[in-house]
Order: sequence, then structure tokens, then C-alpha cells
Amino acid sequence: MNRISVRINGISKSYNNVKALDNINLSIKKEELFGFIGPDGAGKTSLFRILTTLLFPDKGTAKVENFDVVADYKEIRKIAGYMPGRFSLYQDLSVKENLNFFASIFKTTVQENYELIKDIYSQIEPFKNRLAGDLSGGMKQKLALSCALIHKPEVLFLDEPTTGVDAVSRKEFWEMLKRLKEKGITILVSTPYMDEASLCDRVALIQNGKIMSVETPQNIIDDFKYPLAAVQTNNMYELLYDLRRNKNVYSAFRFGESIHITERKSLINTDEIKEYLKSKGHKQIDIKIIKPNIEDCFMALMEQQ
Amino acid sequence: MSFTENIIRVENMTKKFGNFIANDKLTFKVKKGEIFGFLGANGAGKTTAIKILCGLSSPTSGNIVVAGFDVYKQTEQIKRNIGYMSQRFSLYEDLTVNENFRFFGGIYGLSAKEIKSKTNFFLKKLDLENSKDNILSSLPLGWKQKLAFSIAVMHEPKIVFLDEPTSGVDPITRRQFWDMIYEVANNGITVFITTHYMDEAEYCQRISIMVDGKIKALDTPKALKMKYNATSMEEVFLKIARN
Repeated sequence: MNRISVRINGISKSYNNVKALDNINLSIKKEELFGFIGPDGAGKTSLFRILTTLLFPDKGTAKVENFDVVADYKEIRKIAGYMPGRFSLYQDLSVKENLNFFASIFKTTVQENYELIKDIYSQIEPFKNRLAGDLSGGMKQKLALSCALIHKPEVLFLDEPTTGVDAVSRKEFWEMLKRLKEKGITILVSTPYMDEASLCDRVALIQNGKIMSVETPQNIIDDFKYPLAAVQTNNMYELLYDLRRNKNVYSAFRFGESIHITERKSLINTDEIKEYLKSKGHKQIDIKIIKPNIEDCFMALMEQQ
Repeated sequence: MSFTENIIRVENMTKKFGNFIANDKLTFKVKKGEIFGFLGANGAGKTTAIKILCGLSSPTSGNIVVAGFDVYKQTEQIKRNIGYMSQRFSLYEDLTVNENFRFFGGIYGLSAKEIKSKTNFFLKKLDLENSKDNILSSLPLGWKQKLAFSIAVMHEPKIVFLDEPTSGVDPITRRQFWDMIYEVANNGITVFITTHYMDEAEYCQRISIMVDGKIKALDTPKALKMKYNATSMEEVFLKIARN
């Protein structure tokens, strides 16, 4: 059964002249792990604040578990867990005090829902008497997630939980999310890290307040229209500019150790590129046709707009 | 001065806060014009080290020379010879683009004439001539970060320190930012950069990876991948930081 958990109909929001959200339409299924992928300023936080009843939309409606975000805001607050992008727990309360505080606000106790947070909270429990302000970044993140979960929410909103977090902690965080999803919680998570898209069931690619695509990560990759190649030579600095000067090459961008190129044709003639680069003095030329990743797709969609 | 001149020389740099050792005998050198990636997990001690190298904090022990100046006694000279930008602190949001150039140019000790010519140069380069009188907060993040970088190098420092400069920036702007980094490095400015994007680690000429206050690995991305039998820097990072 694919019941809908969050339904967004034509939501728009502007701040003065800046359109933060421009006619967003979207449905998120129950127990889905749904990702909003986009850079800072794309509109992710505005959307999350509207869905968690902290901000009014200018236009459109949205429902969370069938409750309207404006009319039924009190109901939504009971069933939604929200972890804002900025650390927003009480820095001068201890770990334990923060958790107790959030539990009592929701008229529950830590004991009652301990099972749900055990996996995450047990990692910071040895520091339960430490002030939240004295925790490391990774521990703060775990405490914030524990507090967002303490009332056993049906829908969890996580706004950029991994921004500024190192690769190791990011990986651990996504493993925690997977286990939460298995417990039946619908999870909406936003991130500027494109590589995290592959860890979601479905993603919305969002840029300048507009949704460019809503799909499973695999379908987004399958929808990439053009052939793509990864190129490496002995002179990576000149390579970028030489590739951009080639009339067949439509786009050339650095991607880690190689440069990804696309052409507006059905296939890339690698021999032709190789000859061209040789004539420009490149050596140790390596060019291979590759599958795109989400970032390739995101950039192609950005250029279309 | 040869091309292989070491612009940063760090020997046994240690910084303690009470009993806590934030930096534990760090030793490394950075060459002039090099793009040096300074990686590590959160809390590994990167920020502490950068503060010392920028002359903002004194080490507990060790010999450290930055741009030819001693970090214990010559912090003012160091500050005049470096540029700095980060995601958190870059420019003044309530000043216009032009005013930010004037303000920082003044701080860096440039003459009015120099400030004017540098401002015009960068506005043209960034294609921002029509936005010069706009308040900074009205600009998109990507533009702000490119501006902040330009301002951090407007006084032609010997070294520019970039602390997570591309955090949260869209993928196309992130790459344009790296085009700018390559360009200044090509002109002889040393780039000392931290990032959580592992693809960006590949763009650095050499990388150090810090774990718990110590440098656990330091080499070219290629050599590190070979040594750790990994296909990407992400894999290298996970292997080193998880152990």
C-alpha cells in the first residue's frame, strides 16, 4: 500500500522580491526516506519550515498525515519531529536535561520511548551529564536527533543534518536513518551533498525554489540524455580549458581525479578526442565512457533551466 | 628564491588546552604555489592548527614559520601576508559589494588607487559590474563566495587559507570556485584549503589527513589511493579516519 504521508500542492513563498519557493507540487509516501537535494538558497529550509508549521506559505496548501499545515498546526506539531539546520538545543542544559525537557514538552518520558532512540542515544549516554554546548559536532547531531525522536513522531523532518559534517560521521548518520525508516517513520531529509541522494528512496532535485526532478536516484541517472566520458591526462589544469575549446564538447567539468565531458550526440568519439588532446601536447591520455552520477544529472538539469 | 621554496614550515607543532592535546607534534611543509588540502574529521584539530598558522593563536611548542615569519613573535607580519576566508566568516552582509572591497582593501593596507584598480579588475572578472552597489545580503551564496575569495586575495598575499569555502554551494559554482583557486595558485599564491567534499580532495596537489590531533597521512592523492588500495579519496579518508 502506498499511502501518502506528505502532500504539497502549489506551495509558493517569497521574501520581498526573492522567490524562495515557486509552485512546489509533491507527494511523499508513508515510510519513505525522501531527500531534498540542492545547494544553500534552493528553498529547502523554507519548505521544511512550512511543513513543520513554523512559516506560512504565500500560496498553496500542504498536508502532513492529512492535517493541514495552517488549520491543523497543533496536530502536526504532535506527530512531527524536526531537526533544524542550526543546532537549536539548549547549550546550557546537559544532554540528559535536554532530552527530558523535550520529552516533557510532548507529555511523554524518556523511558517510554527509549527503545526508539536507544540505538542513537546510547552513543552519547556516557556523556549525559555534559552540557550540550560542550559536545563535539557529531555528538550534538546525535543529541538533536534523539530529541526530535523522543515523542515517537510519525514524520521526521531533518534539515541539512550532515552539512559541515565529515565523511565518516555522514556515513554513520545515514546508517542511523536507514534503521529509523525500518521502524516505520517517514523521513524527509535535505542535503547539499549530491552523493547522499543514492541513499534515499526518492529525491527531489531543487534549485532556485523550483523542483527540477522527482524520481528514484536510479531513474534520475537513467534519464540522463547524453553520452558522458571521463578524461585524464598528465596536465589536468590545461586539460579543462583545452576540452572547453573543442567544438564537439558541450560541457566539461572537474569531477575528482578526472574531467567529465558531454557531447550533444548519441555517442562520444573517444579516438577523435584523444587525437585532439595529443595535438595540444597532452600525454598519458585516458578517456573512458562512464555512467553519470547524481551530480552530473543535477548540473545538466541546472543548465537546462 | 627557488620555485620549491617552502612557504609554510611546521616542525613538531603542539597545542594543548589544559590536558587536551588538540595538535600533537604536527610536522609538514607546504611549497610556494602549492594547493594543499588539509583534511580531517570534525574535532580532529584542523581549526586549531589553522588559527596558529594565521597568527591568531600561539602554539604550546614547536617551530613554525609562515611566509618567512615566526608564529610566536611575528604574528602581525603573518597577518599582512596571508588571506583568509571561510563559509562562516567572509564578508559584511550589510555593506555593498563596493564597500566590502574598500573596507578589506583598507584593512590590508592598500592605497585608494590600488583598491580602485583591484575592485574594477575583480568586478569585471566576476561579471558583477552591475551589482557593485548592491547590498551583499541580496546576492546568491555562490556569488558571495566568489567575491569573498577575490577579496581574500586582492592584496596578493603569499598564502590564502580557505576553510570549507564551498560548503553548501551549488555544483557548478563549486567548480567555478576551483577554477579560481587553480588560477591564483598558478600565479604563485599558495592555497591551504579544508573541505568535506572528497572529490575536491582530488584537486589538491598534496593532502594531509588529521585524526585525533595527529597527521595520519600526507601525500599526493594518487599516492594515497595507491597506498590504501582505494579507488577514491573518500575511500582513503574512511579507511584512515575510521581506524
